[in-house]
Amino acid sequence: MAEKKMVNLTIEGRPVSVPDGTTILEAAKTAGILIPHYCYHPGLPIAGVCRMCLVEVEKAPKLAPSCATTVTEGQVVHVYSEKSLDARKGVLEMLLINHPLDCPICDQSGECELQDYTYQEGREDSRYREPKRFNPAEDFGGDVIYVPNRCILCTRCVRFMEDVAHEPTLNVSERGDRALIGKFEGRDMTHPWAANVIDLCPVGALLSKDFLNKARAWELDRASSICPNCTQGCNVIMETRENQIVRMRPRPNEEVNSFFMCDWGRLNYRWMNERNRVELPMVRRGDVFAPTTWEAAITAAARALNGKKVFVAASPMLSNEALFLLTQVMQGGTGAFRVTEGEEAPLAGVDDLALRRERAANVYGAEALGFTKTKDLLGGLKQGDVLVIAGEDLVGIDAGALTRASDIVVISSVLPEVTKSASVVLPIANFSEEEGTVTNLRGRVQRFTQARQAPGETRPSWLVLGDLLGALGKQSNFFLPSDVFARLAATNKSFAGLSYDTLGFKGLPLADAPKTAPKAPVAAGAA
Amino acid sequence: MGYPHHPHQRETTVLSQYFGDAEARTLDGWKKRGGYKALEKALGMAPADIVNIVKESGLRGRGGAGFPTGMKWSFMKPGDGKPHYLCCNADESEPGTFKDRELMRWTPHALVEGCAIGAYAIGAETAYIYIRGEFTEPLYWMDKAVKEAYAAGIIGKNAMGTGKRLDVHVHKGAGAYICGEETALMNSLEGRRGNPRIKPPFPAVSGVFGMPTTINNVETLIASAPILLNGADWYKKMSLSSPKSTGTKLYSVCGNVQRPGNYEVVMGFPFKEFLYDLCGGPPHGRKFKAVIPGGASVPIQTMEEAEATLMDYEGFVAQGSMLGSGGVIVIDDAQSMVSVIARIARFFAHESCAQCTQCREGTAWTTKIMERIRDGQGTHEDMDTLLDIGEQMTGKTICVLSDSCAVPVASGIKKFRAEFEALIPGGRVHPVIAAVA
Repeated sequence: MAEKKMVNLTIEGRPVSVPDGTTILEAAKTAGILIPHYCYHPGLPIAGVCRMCLVEVEKAPKLAPSCATTVTEGQVVHVYSEKSLDARKGVLEMLLINHPLDCPICDQSGECELQDYTYQEGREDSRYREPKRFNPAEDFGGDVIYVPNRCILCTRCVRFMEDVAHEPTLNVSERGDRALIGKFEGRDMTHPWAANVIDLCPVGALLSKDFLNKARAWELDRASSICPNCTQGCNVIMETRENQIVRMRPRPNEEVNSFFMCDWGRLNYRWMNERNRVELPMVRRGDVFAPTTWEAAITAAARALNGKKVFVAASPMLSNEALFLLTQVMQGGTGAFRVTEGEEAPLAGVDDLALRRERAANVYGAEALGFTKTKDLLGGLKQGDVLVIAGEDLVGIDAGALTRASDIVVISSVLPEVTKSASVVLPIANFSEEEGTVTNLRGRVQRFTQARQAPGETRPSWLVLGDLLGALGKQSNFFLPSDVFARLAATNKSFAGLSYDTLGFKGLPLADAPKTAPKAPVAAGAA
Repeated sequence: MGYPHHPHQRETTVLSQYFGDAEARTLDGWKKRGGYKALEKALGMAPADIVNIVKESGLRGRGGAGFPTGMKWSFMKPGDGKPHYLCCNADESEPGTFKDRELMRWTPHALVEGCAIGAYAIGAETAYIYIRGEFTEPLYWMDKAVKEAYAAGIIGKNAMGTGKRLDVHVHKGAGAYICGEETALMNSLEGRRGNPRIKPPFPAVSGVFGMPTTINNVETLIASAPILLNGADWYKKMSLSSPKSTGTKLYSVCGNVQRPGNYEVVMGFPFKEFLYDLCGGPPHGRKFKAVIPGGASVPIQTMEEAEATLMDYEGFVAQGSMLGSGGVIVIDDAQSMVSVIARIARFFAHESCAQCTQCREGTAWTTKIMERIRDGQGTHEDMDTLLDIGEQMTGKTICVLSDSCAVPVASGIKKFRAEFEALIPGGRVHPVIAAVA
């Protein structure tokens, strides 16, 4: 594709140069100016209906909707001129005349664009003296509740279902100020990606049933992470309240998930909060596990592994760092993993984006690091091997297969029922409790950060395995997961050239990953 | 022309000459009256020549905006490889307007002919006539005329034996004011919700089905036939005033006049004589108070303004209003201006498509305040609020429905403020008035 012509213009006195065809709103972002807007969303077709993004363009007869006006050479745009501010103040007043102003009981409060822009640019009071319109809340099916009284009819939800999900479900019903979002007869918000309308809704009109009344936005702690629930690797924000994950939301990444994530991934976070954890390092004393110090447990594990043939049953939820260290710890042994499967559910309007069949975060990484994907997890376990169970829950595994192992070392968050015979148990953090990287199905390495505090004396997997490696007499002065990753990049050709710094929070593909085109944004056009 | 269709001697009946003449509705009757001669002539001409004649004639859009028709047709670039479309806007939803209805009822073949000429001139093979849902009788006659024309080979695959394809389809709307807005009409025609589209792209670039489209009013298209037959000069001469306004114009007169109905007069006709002479003046014992000369969405004129008006595009603007669609609503001294304006506002609030914030909320808010004032619950601040809301509703939305609601309210408050104040209880004198006194 030929390079697009660059257009030069001035926005609020700042010179801006953007490719031909860019809207004023997007051009202003490059100048560090966010023009207030509601109906515009970069992942949706342009509607131009909220009229919030009106700006003054010199020599134009009327104020221009910046979301729907493309830049022209030499244009001079005033975002904060008296005329523009007055128009936006007018829109805000109109948006609020029928709004119930029930922020104290609204889930969106604190992350509401109606609140934000009203505080920024709105009037202090309203001149509206008439009765407000009322419509009852409605269950839209799936995870979605609609509160019409708070709705500003930006139609982002309508456009998402129609133009991105390709399953028209919502519409604007009625006219004038009686208008509200309606559902087509017989349709429900049960599309596997439907809950994205909750994030898209700029106000508190579309709410998540799962998150309903659970927390106030300002009570949440947020961590940049990756959805661990399938191989797509959607970028997410994990939000916690009092150390419990209460919500996962998509984080934009045009290379992976655009602005979206699927409902299954979004709602499947409770397993990371579960309390059935092993919290102390333990060694076997006769018939029971006895809690001990980390030093003693690591020494015991090293003794169990030293000089033995090792077989690792790993979890594809483990990070690249943990899996890499496992390959070092197994000293020439072999490793295998298995994956839970489900039905694939693509998002039609975005290229190469789907809830994937394989429901774990690091399937590709595990394979790239030499672990064998198998249905028979312990099939490769030979008589007399030392079995290392790393993150695997062993659900459905016959206890009999474990008897082939001469010794068992468990490095896990949860103690599997069938591993009563293990000699050492090293408790590690789960996906949400540590930092690391995972590799998605297109070979893209992406960082995730710690969202929760790990319980008890649990330690991050890379730290435990690093210590174990040291106890085995290998060099292992890792102080951060990035140190482990640096070692991985230095020793593994696929990871060559990558580092936490270069990965950033959008990730980069492995050296030998198949080339993929960036996700084309949804074709802009009148809805 | 009042019912039953005897034209006033001062009318110039070009488009309305066969009103009341049942035989003109049929194909044979229409041909007997010179019908389809213009189309025959047109099909023998180059499309560009037709556009030039229409340009030269000074014909301007009769739907409301008054855009020069020839220029509009010339925006359609020939040979761009895309199918072109002609849309005939027969939605006629502007309150007070009922001229297209009569044109379609009495001279349906004139519209078929006009559509065929227009389509041929802009390089289109298909014309759509979008008729509003309530027009059951015009729809009946239009359907019949189109069928007759097809059967006679006047339109179709081989229009009038020239080998040129000209299809005319009649489409019935569902009765929404906004579907008279050209881009909303296109959405509705495509089977979508009748919401106006953002411009640009303009219809001439991307209209119906994303293809170059021209959209003309019924009266405009019908006028193209006599222009082709009689020449641009003949049409240009039918003007008593501004050279920018030519030809005849149909006005629908309703409200407090002796003889309501459709009247066709030449451009520049004195409005005073029109109201008192042709329409017969106010009902007995009453006096005219105000006129809304171009459908509900234009500014209200005081009688002083109206009586000084020459009836053309420029003349109405010079006297504080607009020609609009030619729907003349006459109000006499027995009416309350506040009630009239409140009712107009309610209409727009009901018909807002709900896309743009200012329109969706503003029209309804305006209505609520207007009705509160009408019911004697208003305050002096309400008028300032109304004017300010009106400002917010003007020039800031996708289409002009919101402006159309603000216009009668603002002009009403400015020109008939005393009537508003008389309804406000408490008798507190407005600060501005206090300052003047």
